[in-house]
Amino acid sequence: MKVAITSSGNSLDSKLDQRFGRCSFFVIYDIESKGFEVIPNPARDAQEGAGPAAVQLVASKGVSKIVSGEFGVKIKPILDSLQIQLIVLKDSEKTINDVIEMLNH
Amino acid sequence: MLITMPRQKRLRRMVNPPQFAGFHPVGGGSEQQPVLIPYEEYEAIRLCDYDLLGQAEASVIMGVSRPTFTRIYESARRNVAEAFVLCRPIVFEGGKVYFDSDWFHCSDCRCWFNHPLKAEAVAECPLCGGSKVEVCDVIPIDKEEEQVSYEYCYCEKCGFEKPHRHGQPCRNEICPTCGVQMRRKGS
Repeated sequence: MKVAITSSGNSLDSKLDQRFGRCSFFVIYDIESKGFEVIPNPARDAQEGAGPAAVQLVASKGVSKIVSGEFGVKIKPILDSLQIQLIVLKDSEKTINDVIEMLNH
Repeated sequence: MLITMPRQKRLRRMVNPPQFAGFHPVGGGSEQQPVLIPYEEYEAIRLCDYDLLGQAEASVIMGVSRPTFTRIYESARRNVAEAFVLCRPIVFEGGKVYFDSDWFHCSDCRCWFNHPLKAEAVAECPLCGGSKVEVCDVIPIDKEEEQVSYEYCYCEKCGFEKPHRHGQPCRNEICPTCGVQMRRKGS
């Protein structure tokens, strides 16, 4: 099962990015294999529609859950129809490693 | 001649859409033109007349301003009255809405999550695996540590005060103690 985590940097020590559509990077973590992939977010500088563009990106990676600090209103219906679960974690001090540790419960 | 369109409507948040398509009057009237009630009007009646929430609270749940909510609610009541008096069927159709699945809150890791696979029940938190999960309708959308000003929002009814958040009008805030609309202190 793959999880997308919004990240402010490109390492596992980076902090959780509190935005989804305009985050700096996505960390795609595979719970079964414990492998991960860091991809920069091209939608970050888009003038409009950053959220939906980011959704296309993570959906193409086959994730079933997304962890971020906040999600815009435009993307909720899209993610609902794609059956991707949203997890909101409003803690700007959590690192990607912290989130991965929680996921490995 | 320049014809300008009114501004696009903001999508209204539907938490509990109706599970049926409408109503038929008993003993006649079914052949008449149905009264079309958009989904947000059904939701307005559900929130205010069934759940007995105040309009200020209901407008927050729907994600619109209080005057907009009042307009939706008044239109809903007018439509229902017309169906009643003129013996017309009611059909739920249309509306500028988006359907929100239920939100849940985990007291262990303090996260919020939704549940798109509605068929299965929610047993544990998807993030930390904890079992202290509960349904919660509204996620607080603003962090408390935003720009601090020395202004306060206050509640006329019970005197409760909280720091005013820059950019968030006091009249959009609801008093957590008594549920009424708040105002700027000193206004």
